[in-house]
Amino acid sequence: MTKTLTIVVVEEDRDRAIAIVDALKDACACDVFVIGNATGLARKIAAHAPDIVLIDIDNPTRDMMEELTLASGPLERPVAMFVSSAAGGMAQTAIEAGVSAYVVDGLSPERVKPVMDTAIARFAMVRQMRNELAETRRALEERKVIDRAKGLLMKAKGIDEDAAYALLRKTAMDQGRRVADVAEALVTASGLLG
Amino acid sequence: MKHVTVPVAYMPLVDAAPLIIAQEMGFAEAEGIALDLIAAPSWSSVRDMLAFGRVDAAHMLSPVPVAMAMGLGGMSTALSAVSVLSVNGNVIGVGTPLEDRLRANGYGFDFADPVAAAEALAQVRDGPIVFGVPFPFSMHVELLRYWSRATALGADGIVIRTVPPPLMANALAAGDVDAFCVGEPWGSVAVDEGAGALLLPGTAIWTFAPEKVLAVRTDWAETEPDLTGRLMRAIWRAGRWLADPAGRPTASELLSRKAYLDVPPELIDRALSGHLTVSARGEVRQVARFVEFHAGAASFPWRSQAKWIAAQLQQIHKTEPFDPDRIAHVFRADLYRAHLGAATVDMPGASEKVEGVIRHETAVATAGGGLTLLPNRFFDDQIFDPGAAK
Repeated sequence: MTKTLTIVVVEEDRDRAIAIVDALKDACACDVFVIGNATGLARKIAAHAPDIVLIDIDNPTRDMMEELTLASGPLERPVAMFVSSAAGGMAQTAIEAGVSAYVVDGLSPERVKPVMDTAIARFAMVRQMRNELAETRRALEERKVIDRAKGLLMKAKGIDEDAAYALLRKTAMDQGRRVADVAEALVTASGLLG
Repeated sequence: MKHVTVPVAYMPLVDAAPLIIAQEMGFAEAEGIALDLIAAPSWSSVRDMLAFGRVDAAHMLSPVPVAMAMGLGGMSTALSAVSVLSVNGNVIGVGTPLEDRLRANGYGFDFADPVAAAEALAQVRDGPIVFGVPFPFSMHVELLRYWSRATALGADGIVIRTVPPPLMANALAAGDVDAFCVGEPWGSVAVDEGAGALLLPGTAIWTFAPEKVLAVRTDWAETEPDLTGRLMRAIWRAGRWLADPAGRPTASELLSRKAYLDVPPELIDRALSGHLTVSARGEVRQVARFVEFHAGAASFPWRSQAKWIAAQLQQIHKTEPFDPDRIAHVFRADLYRAHLGAATVDMPGASEKVEGVIRHETAVATAGGGLTLLPNRFFDDQIFDPGAAK
């Protein structure tokens, strides 16, 4: 009878953490703990004596994990970055998906694999959603700037909205720039002259 | 000329300047390359990006490639430090509670005397003082340990914890750490946020501490010698450009951009000029050579520097005995000579030196005519002889 795996997920965002925990629990017989707050991270992780620690690769608190890889660190059995050659291309896939995994010394690859497969799929999904959200935000932001630029042109030149947009678009095409960039420049310049 | 793009990872710090300047001021372009500078969220991430081939070069804490060669930490890809990007540039600071107690005892925050600073701290502490540092393998840790061992603080008088600098103010407020050692602009950010005061510059402990290196994968340096050379020359010229104070306003302006450090240029200028505001009261201190990118063969990767770093790591982590010459080879004086010789860089005659013996600026003869070595001194006047290192 093998011991139940203990997994710690370091994730600040509650919804994201829940999604990851649910997926992990479906995939393996394991205890999953979430740590949301970076304060004293290494000690909090050590308190769970985990077999595997999962953390978003872009999380700046990852550097606090490094102490857990040291024999002199707070863990009885230090962890190593999940990069074993036995795992083949999985380490690379994990990094592309945005998850970094720390696995305790001596844990067999067969036990790590289902956890990693699940984590990779889930982190990749989270990452994609985050990128889409950022893209939507950016598009919205650009739309706002273009609207302001249109307004400035309409007022300054006494033209209507369609003509203002046409002028922005023509300028952008002539200069080989994006409409949003021309609009941004106009808004900035107008602010300076304002 | 068709430009080759070289992806380079860096942490948004003042001492990433040679990389940013190489790209922005055209030194990369002159070598027919373009640097794709990728800001990383953590040092672990910088190391992984380099080890996994996401980038070909990186701005790296000088002890990281040495620690990896010694089998310490989470990764073990062979890395080469092909040049030193910066010498010194760190600050040691204390949180507001310690600052208040030091002031109550009449401590003047001279930002200069490490012995007096340690004595003042030893008088006001209740127990070991907890220092936050950016990464376990860093000059920050090595200088703090060196300083505490040789002063009233004592080897057991400090505890070191890893805290990413952007979270340092929070960690101080939460009482998780009492003090910190960070690279700029983070010390100045802490002062401006009213989180604490600066106690010492890193240079007060060792006047010639190699802080960041230009690291590449060892196999990449071997399979891409031409690119390695072009990259090294572009960055060396950027370092030389940075050494001229006339370029300082431009450098501060470029580094302050949103894509790079995203802090006001005035904050960056403090480090570049060595004119630091050490407390929220506006006390200003001037430090000679607070950070050095070029003078005194600053970018030469001395094998003796790698040995000094390795000796500290061994002492801190109680590692097995190691072969110092194998570890020293991580600092690639050989590649530096091979790739920068053609750029009429004045080379030192040797690749190892006794660390800590140069008291004053010293002119030495070189093939190119002459070179001035800068003071290289530990505050306790110890010397480190790489030939005697075990």
